[in-house]
Amino acid sequence: MTYRLLYFATLSDAAGCSEERVASEAADPRALYAELAVRHGFTFTPERLRVAVNGAFTDWNHKLADNDEVVFLPPVSGG
Amino acid sequence: MFAISDAPIDVVGLQHGLEAHGAGAVVCFEGRVRNRNEGRAVSGLSYQAYVELAEAEGLRIIEEACGRFQVERISCVHRVGDLALGDVAVWVGVSAAHRAAAFDACRFVIDQVKARVPIWKREHYLEGASEWLHPESAPK
Repeated sequence: MTYRLLYFATLSDAAGCSEERVASEAADPRALYAELAVRHGFTFTPERLRVAVNGAFTDWNHKLADNDEVVFLPPVSGG
Repeated sequence: MFAISDAPIDVVGLQHGLEAHGAGAVVCFEGRVRNRNEGRAVSGLSYQAYVELAEAEGLRIIEEACGRFQVERISCVHRVGDLALGDVAVWVGVSAAHRAAAFDACRFVIDQVKARVPIWKREHYLEGASEWLHPESAPK
């Protein structure tokens, strides 16, 4: 399947881009993050991140579909 | 109303948006860029947001506040982009019949926005370095 990844803040710096399309066999965000963490050198553990699919918060076991937009959200610091 | 803005926040215009004949109290909070954090001299900030989700989560916070407190109107706008010292980074305004609800709702909204809304700040230091902040929990 192919996913559209958006990256923010430290994850964007590490990936060297703010978005990319990724072909992966990962079926859920947990497996997808594990792959991307290796590829891009992400240092956050999943426990420190939240995950969103298609613009809504969801959980790490969410069943992904082809062309889903997946975002791993580092701890926020607005305000 | 909750919005992410890449332009300076129009505080006066937002205050007019809080007007209601039943509102005997208006409380506004401005979060501004300051010159120090954790002992380091700060020269400016850059904010980034996942706009689609930030606006949805911000609206949820305002709906929660309207359910918890007796208020007339609530507005919140958060900046993205590059900000200088003194710039308004976030603005929250609440109108209510009485001051207690206005203060409580305003405090609730800013605390929840800082804790939950997908916005990130990058601090630029006078010494030249810069880094994203990813706190374990949002500072009070």
